Amino acid sequence: MAAATVRGVDRNTSESLMSLKKAVTAASPLALRIVAECPVTKARACDLALPHWTVSTPVFMPVGTQGTLKGITADQLESLGCQICLGNTYHLGMRPGPDLIERANGLHGFMNWKRNLLTDSGGFQMVSLVELSEVTEEGVKFKSPYDGKEILLSPEKSISIQNSLGSDIMMQLDDVVSSTVKGPRVEEAMHRSIRWLDRCIAANKHPDRQNLFAIIQGGLDAQLRKACLNEMTQRDVPGFAIGGLSGGEEKDDFWRMVTLSTDYLPREKPRYLMGVGYAVDLVVCVALGCDMFDCVFPTRTARFGSALVPWGSLQVKQKQYAKDFQPIDPDCQCPTCKRHSRAYLHALFKSDTAAMHHVTIHNISYQLTLMRSVRQSIVDGRFPEFIRTFMKRMFPSPDQYPGWAMEALASVNVALD
Amino acid sequence: MAGSRMQLELSRVVHGTARLGVLKGLGSTGQHSLDVPCCLLYTHFGTVPHLTQDTLHTISSLPFVTQVALSHVAEHQDVLEEFKDGLKKFAGLRDTALFCSLHDPAAPCPTGYTTNKTVSVWGSGGRIDMSVAKFMALQKVVQPDWYQSMADGETWQINASRKRVRKSVDRTLAHLDECLLLHQKSQELDRVSMFGVVEGGDILEERVRSARETAKRPVAGFCLDGFQSGAMDPTLRIQLISAVTKELPEDKPRLLQGVGRPDEVLECVEAGVDLFEGFFPFQATERGCALCFSFNVSPDPERAGGTQTDLDEEQHTAGETQPNGDLNCDDQTQMTCFEMNLRDKRYQDDFRPLVEGCGCYCCKNHQRAYVHHLLVTNELLAGVLLMIHNTSHYQSFFHSLREALAGDKLDLLKKRVLGGSCQLADGINVDNSKRNDRD
Ligand SMILES: [Zn+2]
Ligand SMILES: [Zn+2]
Repeated sequence: MAAATVRGVDRNTSESLMSLKKAVTAASPLALRIVAECPVTKARACDLALPHWTVSTPVFMPVGTQGTLKGITADQLESLGCQICLGNTYHLGMRPGPDLIERANGLHGFMNWKRNLLTDSGGFQMVSLVELSEVTEEGVKFKSPYDGKEILLSPEKSISIQNSLGSDIMMQLDDVVSSTVKGPRVEEAMHRSIRWLDRCIAANKHPDRQNLFAIIQGGLDAQLRKACLNEMTQRDVPGFAIGGLSGGEEKDDFWRMVTLSTDYLPREKPRYLMGVGYAVDLVVCVALGCDMFDCVFPTRTARFGSALVPWGSLQVKQKQYAKDFQPIDPDCQCPTCKRHSRAYLHALFKSDTAAMHHVTIHNISYQLTLMRSVRQSIVDGRFPEFIRTFMKRMFPSPDQYPGWAMEALASVNVALD
Repeated sequence: MAGSRMQLELSRVVHGTARLGVLKGLGSTGQHSLDVPCCLLYTHFGTVPHLTQDTLHTISSLPFVTQVALSHVAEHQDVLEEFKDGLKKFAGLRDTALFCSLHDPAAPCPTGYTTNKTVSVWGSGGRIDMSVAKFMALQKVVQPDWYQSMADGETWQINASRKRVRKSVDRTLAHLDECLLLHQKSQELDRVSMFGVVEGGDILEERVRSARETAKRPVAGFCLDGFQSGAMDPTLRIQLISAVTKELPEDKPRLLQGVGRPDEVLECVEAGVDLFEGFFPFQATERGCALCFSFNVSPDPERAGGTQTDLDEEQHTAGETQPNGDLNCDDQTQMTCFEMNLRDKRYQDDFRPLVEGCGCYCCKNHQRAYVHHLLVTNELLAGVLLMIHNTSHYQSFFHSLREALAGDKLDLLKKRVLGGSCQLADGINVDNSKRNDRD
């Protein structure tokens, strides 16, 4: 099962990338080459060279929380064309722990994944999963849910764990505040995140092979965002993430903060929009200038039998599919759609967990294929047209287009009819 | 045997009763075959548990026959009726023959629901009552290559009375005659093989009667039912199986249902069994275990079975953690001495493959520590990787078994399989005296 089984994905052999790879090994462990920029929107297609693989952006990164992607083998993930996936520092730091993973030659060795890995800082999980966590200037203090011991996750500790995991991209520890919180706490978190960034940069033991990304904070306040952007872009980091969004805020606020961020981020560095993975959000945010995305949604929803399709989603477990002998999406080229019908998957959900794997494979394939089509349309100079076709397919009629998406697209000169 | 092309060619008979051969005439055009002794590919509604076709086909040399249980199929009868092209096509199965059994050998089947005219199967939606007419209607929509006739197999319970056992033999023969009648009348089943079912509980005379009577019918082969592990004392079981196979024609295959432990497989092959249901690797997978018993009889040390010393050590330690595992015959879900429990903390920093020298996808790519991590974090990939390894290991064991039969190495194989601290199941003291006071 080689990577090359997905047509047009394996671009790493092309000569144009050789110089890019050299650039990676010579100076920093990351090199970005802008392949094409959309003349209408802020969208761009890049080749992002990282230590383990060169990633074609825009890219969706599936989330493998505990060092595995929900029942899918590393070979399957590779043959779907996945070039980079996520691991969670909080979970892996707890179990099996950084020491063990380091002994297993890092997370790459532990899960036997040969392409790139991105790890988060662990801070987000701590604040959202662990009750009674407490944030001080030192770091995030919390009680281990496994043995009740008090643990301090400081910027240094987070980077130390991520150094042990050996990920290609590490995220700084940031002071996470829910995007719906307002007032002085947001400002405090923004300033603290800048201070923590400096501590993270200083703590990185492997700047030659592990990239550290800064995370732009500032909540939904444009002035705070700008201040944060101004400070962080002065640091010598290889890439930036837009954080503190997709946490239940209004979509109108969300896209304005995204577009504000990309306006101020340097053109020559990658931009990663955290926690975004719905198809419409992806297409709009690519238009707003983002390169990288991650979200647990496509794989989580698959396990409940929800398959992603160009017209939204399809609930395989619903009775209406019991005698529907078509594939999930007749146009989909994934292994699931090439072999199995909705009716068989519907029945299999009652008999075996492999049913979940089938839908997970389809959903990952859907996300990766969508992003490849987006990229191709940018390269071909027809991204605005792609957006219009995509929206027409996604919604039964134009009056169902979400207002925020229309506004966001209008802001980058794409009018939907 | 209207239209059936299934044909057994024996190439060797060892120790008088252990058979080596080829089951020919399988597949839609009859060009496929199955080397026996062999185990079928166990599935849930056509899917090997946890596996997609991609992960399944990382395993080399899978058997050509896939098994599906009517208990998984029955609730989808209307769907298959509308689909019209049979279960193989519905389940996306290609290049395989399909055997349809009545029950799922790895799922418990509550007793007390059979009548003179019906048997019950248990699917995800509960119990489904089945008459011969419904049973045959199902076979017509499943369109297997091969199926077992309807049978009353409830007499595996320890306390079944002689009267109840006799009734089960009579009923099963009556079901068989009815099935045969409908089979011969049906155009859809023209090229399909039917196996008759031998019942008789733990009563020798009933077993012999059932075998003799079934052998008189035009069946393509025989299912030996009611011998499932844990249901019967192992010594008695071997005596009964030997008595049954003596009554059966040489040229027809015998499928033993509900037996999967490697030591029991070896004994039953010696007693004349050709085919087994492949559910044992699945059971090991479900308890978080990896099969690790050795079975290498090949002079070439590179061949399957792993490094001897490592396995001996493994079996030894496995025996330590489960001192009673082998003696507890009542619980099929209990760990056996043929496997290692990867949940065990000792594997948390063990960076070796599950079985040294194993060529499966899991062993070539992953370490015990990783599988341990997947198990303790309840990750779905644990089941996938274990199922790949266990299926592969078990199939290799059967390959080795055929090799041993061909090369007069059956005793060596037994020694290998039982090596280390593993106790022979028939080493257990058996008290047969209680049987007589039941009549
Ligand atoms: Zn698909
Ligand atoms: Zn293996």
